[in-house]
Amino acid sequence: MISIKNLTKKFDSIVAVDNVSLDICEGEVFGLLGQNGAGKTTIIHMLATLIKPTSGTALINGYDIIKNSSKVRKNIGIVFQAPSSDDMLTGFENLKIHSYLYSVPSELRIKRINELLKLVGLYERKDDIVKKYSGGMRRRLEIARGLIHKPKVMFLDEPTLGLDPNSRKSMWDYIQKLVKEEKITIILTTHYMEEADTLCDRIGFINKGKIIAIDTPQQLKLMIKNNNNYDDNNNTDRYIGDTIKLYFKVTEDIDAKYNNISPILTKNIEILKSFKFVKKVIEKKEVGNKNVVLILHVDDINHNLPIILKSIDNVESIEFSQPTLDDVFFTFTQGKIAEEPEGGFMERYAQYKKND
Amino acid sequence: MGINQILNYKLVNNFLHIYAIWLREFKVYLRERSRIVGSLFTPLLWLFIVGSGIGSSTTLSIDVNYQKFIFPGIISMSIIFTSVFYGAYIIWDRKFDFLKSVMVAPISRETIFIGKTLGGMTNSMIQVFMLLIIGLFIGIEYSLVSILQIVFVSVILSFLLTALGLGLGSRMHSLEGFQMIVTFVVFPLFFLSGALYPLDNLPDWLLFLTIFDPATYAVDALRNSTLGIATYSFEFDLFLLFCSTVITTLFGILSFRKMRAV
Ligand SMILES: Nc1ncnc2c1ncn2[C@@H]1O[C@H](COP(=O)(O)OP(=O)(O)OP(=O)(O)O)[C@@H](O)[C@H]1O
Ligand SMILES: [Mg+2]
Repeated sequence: MISIKNLTKKFDSIVAVDNVSLDICEGEVFGLLGQNGAGKTTIIHMLATLIKPTSGTALINGYDIIKNSSKVRKNIGIVFQAPSSDDMLTGFENLKIHSYLYSVPSELRIKRINELLKLVGLYERKDDIVKKYSGGMRRRLEIARGLIHKPKVMFLDEPTLGLDPNSRKSMWDYIQKLVKEEKITIILTTHYMEEADTLCDRIGFINKGKIIAIDTPQQLKLMIKNNNNYDDNNNTDRYIGDTIKLYFKVTEDIDAKYNNISPILTKNIEILKSFKFVKKVIEKKEVGNKNVVLILHVDDINHNLPIILKSIDNVESIEFSQPTLDDVFFTFTQGKIAEEPEGGFMERYAQYKKND
Repeated sequence: MGINQILNYKLVNNFLHIYAIWLREFKVYLRERSRIVGSLFTPLLWLFIVGSGIGSSTTLSIDVNYQKFIFPGIISMSIIFTSVFYGAYIIWDRKFDFLKSVMVAPISRETIFIGKTLGGMTNSMIQVFMLLIIGLFIGIEYSLVSILQIVFVSVILSFLLTALGLGLGSRMHSLEGFQMIVTFVVFPLFFLSGALYPLDNLPDWLLFLTIFDPATYAVDALRNSTLGIATYSFEFDLFLLFCSTVITTLFGILSFRKMRAV
């Protein structure tokens, strides 16, 4: 459906998009993630024929974005990062004008506009001028506008920017409905990792204009778990993986001053260390809370948590966490990883992909 | 589909696209009441304050009072300001992103240009009609022919100048550009047009400059139809207005083709 080939865009000295190649299938929801200034919007603008690539090109529904831009435009809808509906017109008028611009057949025009307004929940407010809409209502109007001509491909540049959690959730439902019912292909950008996780079939990470990873959210999360390197150091702050925190009761058995580890705790630690799936046990005394805490780094928490709980005593409460797409984001965009020259994470990632 | 049908379809759609752009501009104009009132206020100030003030101390070589004399000039002034401002307003349009949503639609830049130019023209013409009514109160007498002539000349001048404003505005990227256009385009167009003085007794250098101002010919033609006073013939004025319109339209279309969407 979308085939991007060596797409590059330079602004004077800045390389905003650097030799990006990528294929996206029909009906896929593809997420573009990356830091501010990574080049996401620039990619979308090139695909939407609003700026010319410095080199490279892309095909959308078989049409070349450079040679056949007007065909491309007929096939795409777009929601811009910045609001772009007309303040001084009503919601209805905004859609009507765009239905003219996209040559929607006159017999379908009003029907489709009303359908879309209902779909995005603005039908009751359709005759108010957009100035009186809230930010979320404007956003929804822009989605409706992008859909007026039933595009095959939809670009959503931060579609839920500034929406409250409710509106965001209904936007997600709405996007999922679109994909299911209209078989629309979607490219979206977002800074909300949870959103990307929920909506996207695949995610492409962009760093300084380059695609540095493409995969499903699940695979990306799995992959960063394998990135922990225990030989190097004991720095646990950086650990990304399934984590369990066990809180133990402070009883008379445990030395009140925490000078010695109590027999119960020692026994528990031994049991835990005997499990193969427990990679590391860290002991922490939280003096203020009068608790002793064990932090475990484990494999496959979903299966192994019950086993652990069955085999140890005196646990008062537990906490656990799994890596989220946020962690993936940090891994890919922060610190050294993106810059590691060789033998670093990127190489391991390439290796990992090969073994797939 | 036969070739005729395809052509027909394309043509109808093209009109529809132009209509859509025009409709947007028109609706926005109607809703910005303060802009309408404000834009009418300035010509009235000129007509009544400057017209009466200077009129009381100036005698023209021609037998007509100064207020009546500048009336056609004030119509032109109103067109100059409204049209060029409107065109240059595209700088804002681009800042606030509405234009992006139009530029991503499958329509040509020429279509956008024509739609917008017609929009600007409409705004100017609404003002012209209001001024024509005010003209009745200062004793201007119209005939059917003179009304038609005034409308015709005004339509051409407003198209010409909106195209110029759009062309210039589409090349600017900052709001300071707007100020530049006002200082270096709008004011010279107005002051060199003969809106406020007769061309007949000008020093040579000033007369020379007025030749290059298309508004000169509009003022001359309008004065011809309203008061029967003219320096050039009506046909000659029209001819030069047409030529200028062709030039600014081409300039505008070229600028629009080159205009970056983002
Ligand atoms: N018109 C422009 N002129 C010059 N540089 C530009 C232009 N547009 C974008 N850039 C630069 O290109 C780079 C990529 O910008 P882009 O807007 O694509 O980032 P982004 O990934 O969308 O960021 P964000 O998450 O903040 O929206 C940035 O360094 C930006 O400064
Ligand atoms: Mg962006």
